[in-house]
Amino acid sequence: MGWLDVFRSNEKKTSAQTAKERLQVVVAHRRGGGGDHPAYFPQLQQDLLAVLRKYVQVGDDAVQMEIEREGDLEVLELNITLPEDAKH
Amino acid sequence: MAKIIVVTSGKGGVGKTTTAASFAAGLAMRGHKTVVIDFDVGLRNLDLIMGCERRVVFDFINVISGEANLKQALIRDKRHENLYILAASQTRDKDALNQEGVERTLNKLAEDFEYIICDSPAGIETGAIMAMYFADEALVVTNPEVSSVRDSDRVLGMLSSKTKRAKEGGEPVKEHLVVTRYAASRVGKGEMLSLDDINDILGIPLLGVIPESEKVLNASNSGMPVAMEDNADAGQAYLDLVARFLGENRPMRFTQAKKKFLDRLMGR
Repeated sequence: MGWLDVFRSNEKKTSAQTAKERLQVVVAHRRGGGGDHPAYFPQLQQDLLAVLRKYVQVGDDAVQMEIEREGDLEVLELNITLPEDAKH
Repeated sequence: MAKIIVVTSGKGGVGKTTTAASFAAGLAMRGHKTVVIDFDVGLRNLDLIMGCERRVVFDFINVISGEANLKQALIRDKRHENLYILAASQTRDKDALNQEGVERTLNKLAEDFEYIICDSPAGIETGAIMAMYFADEALVVTNPEVSSVRDSDRVLGMLSSKTKRAKEGGEPVKEHLVVTRYAASRVGKGEMLSLDDINDILGIPLLGVIPESEKVLNASNSGMPVAMEDNADAGQAYLDLVARFLGENRPMRFTQAKKKFLDRLMGR
């Protein structure tokens, strides 16, 4: 810090600082709660597994879920893998 | 074992193709057999940056669709024998890329090359996802500017969810940050996001900083990857980046503004 900085100490924040603060908000929003997933995701996954298990024996990773966003539209993509021997 | 590296960013115009060309050139100059593939189907540009636009006969899509074999489509760089280019198609659109075709082509290239560099199109649609899908590592190219940083964050999210490694639950794609068009003097004045700012937000290791430089435009005008130019600051920065990628320890250069005499005197 140079001696002239004394006179500059009460300057308002730079545009780069503003940029950083704005970015921190939008990025934290995307990353919040483990990526794109809404807060109800883990519970929904557990509930779906419970329903499935009434009919088929499946492992803990049988239900895969993803949220896709296209403009204003949100699509819940559900992928259920049945075991090889799940015959009726 | 060949390594597949995607050069990606989300946002357009940040220097993906410039980076892909110079990264590939730098690896080749260090003796590694390298191929760089243009995934920007319909908006072919890598050939121009590499200076081989008049030698493109067959392209990536021709290979995928079986109209040509790899040997016919690969263009050998005239300056470095280790460097090859696979051009994108100019007439098709991105739907011509399919995952099986891309995988088949990459597997075939992996038999012959040490490094396969995938130059991603801008955006987050099919072309960009195809470019990153099979990647082992990623160079995320970012400008010190809000929209570019935000888009890079989005791309980081995709690298950790849409790639083969992510889907198969293997080791995640190794991510590297490349900051391009960095103007140290403007950072010093508080007009531009600094490396620390970008690092705080994106949180991935910095592989290289490429200074804003008129040499980049000069090099692309003449169809020469800037890394091959002697005495170009941006070219030197790319060679440093390549050295770091290969495991060498090189301090970052071009990240401090040159101080004028009066500024030094005033302690600015």
